[in-house]
Amino acid sequence: MSYNLWLHTDDDKSSFNVDRQIFSAQTDYQRVDIYESKQYGRILTLDGDVLFSSQDEFVYNEMAVHVPMAVHPHVKKVLIIGGGDGGVASELISYPEITQIDIVEPDEEFVNICREYFPETSRGFRDSRVHIYHMDGLRFLRRKMGEYDLIINDSTDPFGYTEGLFTKEFYGSCYHALKEDGIMIYQHGSPFFDEDETAFQSMHRRVYRVFPICRVYQAHIPTCPAGYWTFGFASKKYHPLNDFHSAEWNARNLKTWYYTTNLHLGSFLLPRYVEDLLITAER
Amino acid sequence: MDIKRQHSAPLVEALEDFRRKRVVPFDVPGHKRGRGNPELIKLLGQTCVSLDVNSMKPLDNLCSPVSVIREAEELTADAFGASHAFFMVGGTTSSVQSMVLSVCKAGDEIILPRNVHKSVINAMILCGAIPIYVQPAIHSEIGIALAMEYEAVKKEILAHPRAKAVLINNPTYYGICSDLKRITDLAHAHGMKVLVDEAHGTHLYFGENLPMSGMAAGADMASVSMHKSGGSLTQSSILLLGPHMDAGYVRQIINLTQTTSASYLLMASLDLSRRNLALHGKEAFAKVVQMTEYARDEINSIDGLYAYGKELINGTTVVDFDTTKLLTYTQGIGLTGIEVYDLLRDEYDIQIEFGDMGSILAYISIGDRMQDLERLVGALEDITRHNRKPAFGQPISDFVAPEVVCSPQMPFYAEFESLPLDETIGRISSESLMCYPPGIPMLAPGERVTNDLIDHIRFAKEKGCSLQGTADPNTEYLRVMKE
Repeated sequence: MSYNLWLHTDDDKSSFNVDRQIFSAQTDYQRVDIYESKQYGRILTLDGDVLFSSQDEFVYNEMAVHVPMAVHPHVKKVLIIGGGDGGVASELISYPEITQIDIVEPDEEFVNICREYFPETSRGFRDSRVHIYHMDGLRFLRRKMGEYDLIINDSTDPFGYTEGLFTKEFYGSCYHALKEDGIMIYQHGSPFFDEDETAFQSMHRRVYRVFPICRVYQAHIPTCPAGYWTFGFASKKYHPLNDFHSAEWNARNLKTWYYTTNLHLGSFLLPRYVEDLLITAER
Repeated sequence: MDIKRQHSAPLVEALEDFRRKRVVPFDVPGHKRGRGNPELIKLLGQTCVSLDVNSMKPLDNLCSPVSVIREAEELTADAFGASHAFFMVGGTTSSVQSMVLSVCKAGDEIILPRNVHKSVINAMILCGAIPIYVQPAIHSEIGIALAMEYEAVKKEILAHPRAKAVLINNPTYYGICSDLKRITDLAHAHGMKVLVDEAHGTHLYFGENLPMSGMAAGADMASVSMHKSGGSLTQSSILLLGPHMDAGYVRQIINLTQTTSASYLLMASLDLSRRNLALHGKEAFAKVVQMTEYARDEINSIDGLYAYGKELINGTTVVDFDTTKLLTYTQGIGLTGIEVYDLLRDEYDIQIEFGDMGSILAYISIGDRMQDLERLVGALEDITRHNRKPAFGQPISDFVAPEVVCSPQMPFYAEFESLPLDETIGRISSESLMCYPPGIPMLAPGERVTNDLIDHIRFAKEKGCSLQGTADPNTEYLRVMKE
């Protein structure tokens, strides 16, 4: 016998056929639920919004990590803001030249939940180069000057408790925490639905005014709104396409499921309506 | 305070009973639980709109309370250590005006600091009281007006033995406290009433290690903005009386100007907030102090910014400091408070309470979260990085000591002429003019317009200050008495 339970998120933007709920808790910061689904494996939701599923999280993690790693020639120190699920760190540990990965995730309970229910995603936590700091991201960044080669803003929700990580003060702090050739990768959201357009544009406007190079790239992530997700690539020196080292990256022979060096080039070619949104925001 | 009794909220309970009875309304308000105005329900919610009812027997009447409002007021008096409490629905402005009107008639003198809120000056326009101003000292480094000094008050009390009352800000908008207890005792020894403007002091009644409250100091009346640190709805306030006031007379004074259709939403919010403060105020304000202290330390680690605190205490012009106030002096980064206030809103989506010439006030309350404080501190650091200019040499103060020519009532009603600002120098103003916030008049009716003042107004305008009080909405023209 099989049930058909449907998980609807965010005004019915997406629905998931779930088999059962396997976990639920209210941490100090957010409500965490985990479901077993028919198509997506385990789905994790925060305050009712889908964060990722075990079947498609590889897209997000690979695109957040390999795109900047194929551009920046010598990344040693990386900072991940948010990243409590460990997915981004797990992707980063395959680069031997990285010496230090700092993760700033205020919600300690969330990290422990991910370790237990998503052992594969969170395998990065077990690497000796990874250090987790349970504190506010803005506070952690405030004292940092010229320290990191790469900052990945992996925080989740521009309207939840992490909203401070989608603000001008945050991007300004990131700029100063980066070395003079540093790169910042940040979630840019899904611009398809009308109500997300404003957030998409204001984010670009804020970063565009702080970083000399500021480009947006895209990926297909089924559990994201409209299955469509974008990332921001903000950089002080390296251009994501002009400074792209595809041969070097391919020589590493890293195993990926989504990212390829061809896809790297293509991911920066955006649909007309997205380009228009960005151009308007730059004015 | 009888803690057991404080668990009840008589007015709120009466409203809930009333709702359950599903009484058919053939009285006002005409929206009839919102049915006549569905958009109102959509905006405010069914519960809110259905509680918007009129005075009636089971719900008592604010103008002359005998049942549930009276009980709620009694509980409030008990919670605040007062002999009597009035629920007020016209803001703390109406509380302050009722204080002045309760003790002063036309021609009576009242001793008060010049840096009072406009509501005090407006009360004197209404009743014809004569202000005896104590000019506040200005802090030499941060330019803010300080508290009324004991010795200065004593001098005025001796010089004006027939004065009816002394009015004290406790604390000022900037968290600065006078020597409340000694001034109160001195005024009482000379047969004067003590009125305390506690628009920024609700928490003093419940928090620990905070400055002394008006009622604790033995004051005769205190105006308490429950809607600020107390958590009630905007425009609700309370007026407290000490043991030597005639509550019946004060009620009559309040009813001279108060509405006869008091909002039950406002009154219910007062009842709930009183209960919450009585039961949980101590812990709540301990948390507020902790958050504020944290933010103060973080801001002070940013070069050029100065979040001031208890170190201002000097025993005379600053006798105590309210540590729940998060004030930051900004001229060290070459920006006025107004400029930082605008930057925070326009560039960082952060709305703070006010920015003036030299300071900003971020209001920290029981509703704040740590992550929001991190945003504020982060934004201030970012502003310091991007917008910094050379520090101001001399602090530019908000307060320009005025030259008082006569009490405010006569010039307000006198024949006037409207002149461009520059042509008013040397003339006597017939209206008030202030930056809002903080709403402390730079010029009041009966005061002479000076060169310094006009310079100050020009500077405030240039920095983007919102100027109010004049009949001319653009403050280009000022009404002065005809000569």
